Amino acid sequence: MDLSFTALILIIPILTFLVLGLNYSRIKEPWSGIIGSVAIGITALISYYTAYLYFFEIGKDADGVYQKIYAMNMVWVYFTDTLHIDMGILLDPISAMMLVVVPTISWMVNIYSIGYMHKEGGFTRFFAYLSLFTFSMLGLVLATNLFMIYIFWEMVGVSSYLLIGYYYNKPSAVLASKKAFIVTRFADFGFLLGILFVSYYGKTFDFGVLSSQAFISEMQMQGTAFMGLSVITWALILIFIGGAGKSAMFPLHIWLPDAMEGPTPVSALIHAATMVVAGVFLVARLFPLYFFMDGGVALDVVAWVGAFSTLFAAIIAFSQYDIKRVLAFSTMSQIGYMMLALGVSGYDGHEGLGFMASMFHLFTHAMFKALLFLGAGSIIHAVHSNYMQDMGGLRKYMPITHITFLIAALAISGIPPLAGFFSKDEILVASLIHQKYLIFGVTYAVAGMTAFYMFRLYYRIFWWNEPHYHHTPHEAPKTITIPLLVLATMTLISGFIPFHSLVTADGKAFHTHLHWDVIIASVGIASLGIGFATIMYKKQNMLSTRFRAAFGLFYKWSFNKFYMDEVYMFVTKKIIFNGVSRPFAWFDRHVVDGAMNGVGNGTMWISDKVKGLQSGKVQDYAMYFVSGVVFIAMLFWYLLN
Amino acid sequence: MISGVSIYEILILSTIIFFIGVYGFFTRKNLIAMLMSIELILNSAALNFVVANKYLFPGNIEGNIFSLFIIAIAAAETALALAIVINLYRLIMSLKTKDLETMKY
Repeated sequence: MDLSFTALILIIPILTFLVLGLNYSRIKEPWSGIIGSVAIGITALISYYTAYLYFFEIGKDADGVYQKIYAMNMVWVYFTDTLHIDMGILLDPISAMMLVVVPTISWMVNIYSIGYMHKEGGFTRFFAYLSLFTFSMLGLVLATNLFMIYIFWEMVGVSSYLLIGYYYNKPSAVLASKKAFIVTRFADFGFLLGILFVSYYGKTFDFGVLSSQAFISEMQMQGTAFMGLSVITWALILIFIGGAGKSAMFPLHIWLPDAMEGPTPVSALIHAATMVVAGVFLVARLFPLYFFMDGGVALDVVAWVGAFSTLFAAIIAFSQYDIKRVLAFSTMSQIGYMMLALGVSGYDGHEGLGFMASMFHLFTHAMFKALLFLGAGSIIHAVHSNYMQDMGGLRKYMPITHITFLIAALAISGIPPLAGFFSKDEILVASLIHQKYLIFGVTYAVAGMTAFYMFRLYYRIFWWNEPHYHHTPHEAPKTITIPLLVLATMTLISGFIPFHSLVTADGKAFHTHLHWDVIIASVGIASLGIGFATIMYKKQNMLSTRFRAAFGLFYKWSFNKFYMDEVYMFVTKKIIFNGVSRPFAWFDRHVVDGAMNGVGNGTMWISDKVKGLQSGKVQDYAMYFVSGVVFIAMLFWYLLN
Repeated sequence: MISGVSIYEILILSTIIFFIGVYGFFTRKNLIAMLMSIELILNSAALNFVVANKYLFPGNIEGNIFSLFIIAIAAAETALALAIVINLYRLIMSLKTKDLETMKY
């Protein structure tokens, strides 16, 4: 059937961006928001229809296996018959799933921003950027080949940069946007190298070819390249560096907490729900390659980086006071979950549980984390502060925000029957059945820690002791509460989506079993975390202060985010700038510049000497001419005799 | 054919005239004198043509015709050069070569 209408999914957002961007000063406040929301709404409806069509009508082949479908694909840059850069739209289970996630969150955030960005400068600019981001992100998930995904990958980076630096007259926001761009760009260098390796040795960019068994066995035949691993494995590790940069995995996570300087809807859309899972999406996109090359060495790297990041971020989230930063570290922790779930996954049938769990968690996490961020935005809007010291007792003033935030907090903690419970449970089961006990232990511990720090956040905002408010906080307007309610509904129901029959590693449906032991254990530790948080933070008391004192140094390290920023500053300023950049600068200034200046000065000096010959006397010129003639005559004389 | 005079003597004569012309062109301080030196150079060339014709190809007349051409060209050139000289004199009231150095670097 003709799927060319799917191009509209990309065309509508970019047109909206152009319309809003070019008429930046002409379209006034509510209208740009309405245009953006309607346009993204239409995009969302087309995307839902496409996803529906894929999952239930055209996606399966005769054996009931989901296929990759190229809705459209045209050659853009041609190198050889196998190596060409295409532009197109690829439909497969994960891109169809992302077609639900990205437009939903984007649509809700657009509606939310009409209320949230009210009376902010550059209202139209904000919506133009949001449309640009939506376009880039949809292009990323629908990309048919590595190079196209790389183009859109950079474009989401640019939109993220623009939106973090939205308050461009605030120095901290400008610094944060630069930091985010430079760190992710640095990581993307690895991605680019990986692409070059793959295209040089594999002679293709196309995802369909890259994930075919024929390609994998052909690449495996080429033997090892370096340190006992094949060149494709190294390329995959490099590609994962790019993914880790975008997904804020340790040690490239440092930009994510600072990115919270952007407006809160941006944090919800880009830095919680969609862009930061691009790394997970990338690994999932190349999953067959990750799994089969060299027996999955690259996939082990993914698993361990994910596991370390999830624990690392959870520990930091304990001690932060800025509510958006707590959420940022929890995002990092949850993305670590998705990464490790991919990392422990197998491929065929039920073995691919980790892959399914990862995608499931990506889906549910997008819903409840966007909800948490939008809730946090609503709170910040009401109390005009990011810090939990300025909050407390808000449940009376903001009932809708309170209920939706509670739902999201319960979901992320893994309490049944909310979305997070199902997906997190599958991740625990996946790491258990693949005998990755250490990873299982980390995952299990982090489940409890997540419950604790999320409820610390919840109680500190909505219970605790009521501080003195300058203005009595009040519930946000409808444009803010409606998205909250929609996302809360999604959080309630999305756990029941049968992912095991829709999104699997090999496209075949499989049956999941309820593992009661894991369920009881995970709900147990989550309740334990919530219970501790209730004791410590429901009413104002000194327990938390005492704990802080008891942990002493460890608390300090956690509070300062394990000094990762300082480490980076040390490495860049002290080592790279002094050790590398300075000698290079010296070389540049003295040797390169010196050579250039030398050539210039030499020419000047010679011409200064030579110009005396041009005396202006015609007799001198005749003299030179005749001397030349005499010289040539003598030369010929000599040569001819 | 001039009796008692071989081609070499006449060629030596024309060479002497040529180099007198070159020397004059290099050393005279006055534009008119330079012009006269150029005439000497041209004359030596014309003489060469005539002599070559007379001694080597007595039946032909091309050399004579060429020397006539040279005389005509020399006349035209002198007319042009004199016009330039007159204009220069009107401009700077001088014909000294050292006063004509404004076109240098």
